[in-house]
Amino acid sequence: MLERSRLKQLDQEYIKRSEVVRQVEDQIARVRARMDRVRHKVAVMSGKGGVGKSLVTVNLAVALMERGEEVGILDADLNGPSIPTMLGVERRPYESTPEGALPAVGFGGIKVASIELLLPTATTPTLWKAPQGAWDAVWKGTMEMSTIREFLGDVAWGALDFLLIDLPPGTGDKPATIAQWIPDLDGTVVVTMPSKVSKLVVARSIQFAQMLGLPVIGLVENMAGFCCLTCGAETELFGRPCTEEELGVPILGRIPFDCRLTLSADEGRPFVAEYPDAPAAGQFREVAAKIKEALELKKTFFDAL
Amino acid sequence: MKHFCCRCHVYMDYENHEPLDEGSLGIFFRCPGCGHRIALITNPGETMLVHSLGVKLGGGPVEGEPLELTRITLRGSEGREGPLWSAEAKQRLERVPPFARAMARQTIERYALEHGYREITEAVIEEYKGQMGALG
Repeated sequence: MLERSRLKQLDQEYIKRSEVVRQVEDQIARVRARMDRVRHKVAVMSGKGGVGKSLVTVNLAVALMERGEEVGILDADLNGPSIPTMLGVERRPYESTPEGALPAVGFGGIKVASIELLLPTATTPTLWKAPQGAWDAVWKGTMEMSTIREFLGDVAWGALDFLLIDLPPGTGDKPATIAQWIPDLDGTVVVTMPSKVSKLVVARSIQFAQMLGLPVIGLVENMAGFCCLTCGAETELFGRPCTEEELGVPILGRIPFDCRLTLSADEGRPFVAEYPDAPAAGQFREVAAKIKEALELKKTFFDAL
Repeated sequence: MKHFCCRCHVYMDYENHEPLDEGSLGIFFRCPGCGHRIALITNPGETMLVHSLGVKLGGGPVEGEPLELTRITLRGSEGREGPLWSAEAKQRLERVPPFARAMARQTIERYALEHGYREITEAVIEEYKGQMGALG
């Protein structure tokens, strides 16, 4: 009969030689090796759906690219992937190479990884195979995390200045778990719109991010008023703008509503590049500049420590 | 999970695994001391749990195709290499009344897949129509 103390010793020995632990460690190392070549990792999140998070991500990427940065976007919204459409790379299959899966290269050279590029049609929902249909819901969460891990570790991102991660909406476990998979995440940008409901939800997601130790770089208020295309006059659309005091984070920019934002996204031609003189394009550039500034400042603080 | 031989006080070695039924596996271990073999039978849920972690049974190198796990487990991804539509073919599809367009698209895509076409061009549509005409 084995003694309890011997079993305990064997248990420790087992952990050391566990193949599962080793393989999971290998996966983490692979993600880290890829992400080490990315200078800044920024997650874009919103507590609420429909506020234009993906559209902000794409235009922010273009604004950063215009500043000479190498940019990639990881479309982590696995159930509502829209980044490839907005960058004109819908349904471009990944090419497998010894270096990894080559990301699609969208407008202006922006690299994109998205589940959309693996789906057979633009309208196919993201569903996972399981031994029986009833297992689907059980595995969904685990499979989604594995996919994000593969996007981080298997995609040949190369050297990037910025990787923007378009997180799924909500304050559930998904955005948090995804964010925690990204090593050395610099921070999150929160997108909202000026309605009371949206602000409340966003305030919750800011707190949520802070509780998880994810630094919030600032907030982007989308659909912040309407800017007349003829005379340039601004009109409030949904309500009073957000203030820094209300939410406790810096406001990085207020993007005025412009119907061309949606139209250009549908055509895969980002607004910032298509209408460089529009007020909304100027705001996107300002947001990009402030993010860069915040990250440089953060680096200065760390260097000074 | 490891198995331990209580007689020899050593860990058993993984030997191999075999699929038994839809999703279930038989995983075989042998004691390096006395040679005693045991089999662990997994149910589909347990198999899927290991699978979803992206680890391989029995260990060994984890190198595989990039995005392998996602490609294997995502429904419909095996059809990802399915036909694309040329611009002209898309225009032809637009001629179909909206209520019947989805059905027409699916039918032609299925035809293209069955005949090994990676892209649906006007020529493929003509070929399909020709065959349908011959049948009718």
